[in-house]
Amino acid sequence: MDLALSEEYQALQAEIRAFIATHGHKSPKVGGGRKRPDQKTLDWQKLLVEHGYAGRTIPQEYGGFGAKPDVMASAVIAGEFGRANVYAGLTNQGISMLVPTLLEVGTDEQKKAYVGPTIRGDIIWCQGYSEPGNGSDLANAQTKAELKDGFWVVNGQKIWTSSAHYADMMFLLCRTEPEKSKHEGLSYLLLSMNSPGLDRRPLKTMTGRSEFNEVFFTDVKVPETQIVLGRGKGWYVANVTLKHERLMIGDAGKMTARLEQLIKLLQKSEIDGVPLIRISEYRDRLLRLQGEVIAWKAHNLRLLTEAAQDVDSGVKRMIVKYGGTMLGFRLSSLAVDALGAAGLPYESAGEDAEDDDATTWNIDYMYDVGLMIGGGSNNIQKNIIGERGLDLPREPKVQGTVAIGRG
Amino acid sequence: MEFGLSLEQRQFDDSLRSFLKDRLPMDRLRALAEPGMGFDPSLWNGLAELGLHGLIVPERFGGAGLGILDAAVAAEALGNAAAPVPFAGSLVMAPLAFIDSATEAQQDEYLPGIASGEIRVAVAFSGFGGQTGTARASLEDGRLSGRITGVMDAASATHFLVYLPDGHAAVVAADATGVSTKVNRSIDRTRPMTDVTFDAAPAERLGAANAPLVAAQTVLDAGRVVLAADTMGAAQHMLDAAVAFAKERVQFGRVIGSFQGVKYMLSDCVTVLEPCRGMVWYAAHAQDAIQDEARLTACHTKAHLAEVARDVARITTEAHGGMGFTDLLGLHYWFKRIMFNRQVLGGPERCREEAAQLQGWTLHA
Repeated sequence: MDLALSEEYQALQAEIRAFIATHGHKSPKVGGGRKRPDQKTLDWQKLLVEHGYAGRTIPQEYGGFGAKPDVMASAVIAGEFGRANVYAGLTNQGISMLVPTLLEVGTDEQKKAYVGPTIRGDIIWCQGYSEPGNGSDLANAQTKAELKDGFWVVNGQKIWTSSAHYADMMFLLCRTEPEKSKHEGLSYLLLSMNSPGLDRRPLKTMTGRSEFNEVFFTDVKVPETQIVLGRGKGWYVANVTLKHERLMIGDAGKMTARLEQLIKLLQKSEIDGVPLIRISEYRDRLLRLQGEVIAWKAHNLRLLTEAAQDVDSGVKRMIVKYGGTMLGFRLSSLAVDALGAAGLPYESAGEDAEDDDATTWNIDYMYDVGLMIGGGSNNIQKNIIGERGLDLPREPKVQGTVAIGRG
Repeated sequence: MEFGLSLEQRQFDDSLRSFLKDRLPMDRLRALAEPGMGFDPSLWNGLAELGLHGLIVPERFGGAGLGILDAAVAAEALGNAAAPVPFAGSLVMAPLAFIDSATEAQQDEYLPGIASGEIRVAVAFSGFGGQTGTARASLEDGRLSGRITGVMDAASATHFLVYLPDGHAAVVAADATGVSTKVNRSIDRTRPMTDVTFDAAPAERLGAANAPLVAAQTVLDAGRVVLAADTMGAAQHMLDAAVAFAKERVQFGRVIGSFQGVKYMLSDCVTVLEPCRGMVWYAAHAQDAIQDEARLTACHTKAHLAEVARDVARITTEAHGGMGFTDLLGLHYWFKRIMFNRQVLGGPERCREEAAQLQGWTLHA
């Protein structure tokens, strides 16, 4: 047991603290769900990329910082930003999924065109995967693209497309080889969301914002060169993308920051002149949550140690999404209860402004429910934990279906 | 940074677990549970050979000089086996008290005997332990008087270490004049609760406590972490048993673990229980090396493990169906071990309230 950081990481920690002391006041607000980054966020993101706190492992020739992959360094960075309650940079599907995919299988032109602007937040991507008829069964995509006169002509529909209403580009999984088998008939295209014939219809969610969309394609023309890796390679590329879905290692830092905000909220909020933290019913809920956060922080240290040693954490990793989203919801639940009736006025300020504290907590509270459903719902997580983690037998299969658990 | 057990700690854990598996099969556990005295000489002596007794006793007194993290590793293994061993009191809290608060002469007198297993000290807290029951004791002119109920790890004790309201501790021989004890079998038949009355019994104050209340808290915190580790081991046993049962038991032509209703119960258990192991390690390590966090993590870990293990104990018993409720499987020994650990040295409500006080969140902080 050795919790001390080595000199190398202590130096990194000191460097980040100095950075935050100098620049922290420029940080946009933490939390509040997903929207197009405003100018403040973009300026902040560029500063982070410059200093290597975002896009850290992206090669310099493509606009990144060029550091070698290092899970411990990432954890130190996430930890310091979390502790200071400072925005740790954009996380979106372009950065976490498309960029690593292009770096692995894209052409040099594609890398030069997209990697830098994406990590700086100038190009926002959306992921064209799910269709009305296939959520988990990804390889069954039916949206088709035909090659005509140097253009892919796309027709079909996608759904649950996060961020499509404000995205600039889409990475699209579509069927280009209808005569081939299910998995070999797919290709992976990069296209502009402003293409003629592309129609995005926001699906308004319970937060009042539109976090998802339906996207319709009617003879949408995409230049032939906008394919990644080649015809029929879409399934392979999509799997490269999934492989890069990040382990949720930074999350304990986020939980700690949220707990700190919650403590402040209970110290500040009063009923009949008594701060809530002095009222035992509120205080005990807070204490229970504090205990849980300590447990998850320690769990995270275990995962981090194992990741640095290249050990597969097995069930310890599988419980993170389910356990983490449930704890996140209970944290925001106490916050909305602490706000009480005074927290009910609710106006989400839209995409260009910061929300007030109460609205941010309310959005977090509802968004946490969305997180339990998206990215492999919690019931799917419980299947994975039970079947892969505890080695319990699977449900008997209904003939003719193939389930793909997206953990 | 490396958060985990060392190779030596893992090897110690392995040898302890294989010893307990070998020496404490279910029929033996049942036989020891019937009298319910929480002690078996042959088990005790066998554990001495593995070095359990001198675990935290400094080397110059014949021990291994290890820390609370090592004690937590041992406690998890003991809880996992529901072993009737007076570990937390006699082998962790008592030696820690002597290390921190006793004079050289007192250390010479007691620590080698603790390390060899000949001296077994039961630790009795008065008021600040946070336990329900009667707890009053006073020391005047080397004579101890008072009555303390619900002392754990005391049925086989050769000595009592009694904490006084000012935080000082006095040691008294169990067979001294004026000491009378009544051993009660507890709901956890692997560990009894002893009521002890002192009537002007000859006692000696541990003489080197500079800040006695702080020293007493240190002993209490270590005890709480070790009991939390014991709970971790017991809850893990129950979960492993339920998972194994769910893979074997067939109903409606399917093993019941294939039903989502059962699968989700067990997935829920592992999701809340697994992070507790890291929490126990962290809190134990904090007792050894992170002074600022020692008290807070001890309070929270004792409380959190009690809450999580209550759910795990209930759900895993339910997963066994009617068999889980019977005596036949013996699962109830672990259920009751978890019940016991929850209440002694301060229940979760009390521990959380102490955590609140530490952070200045209470009116009287």
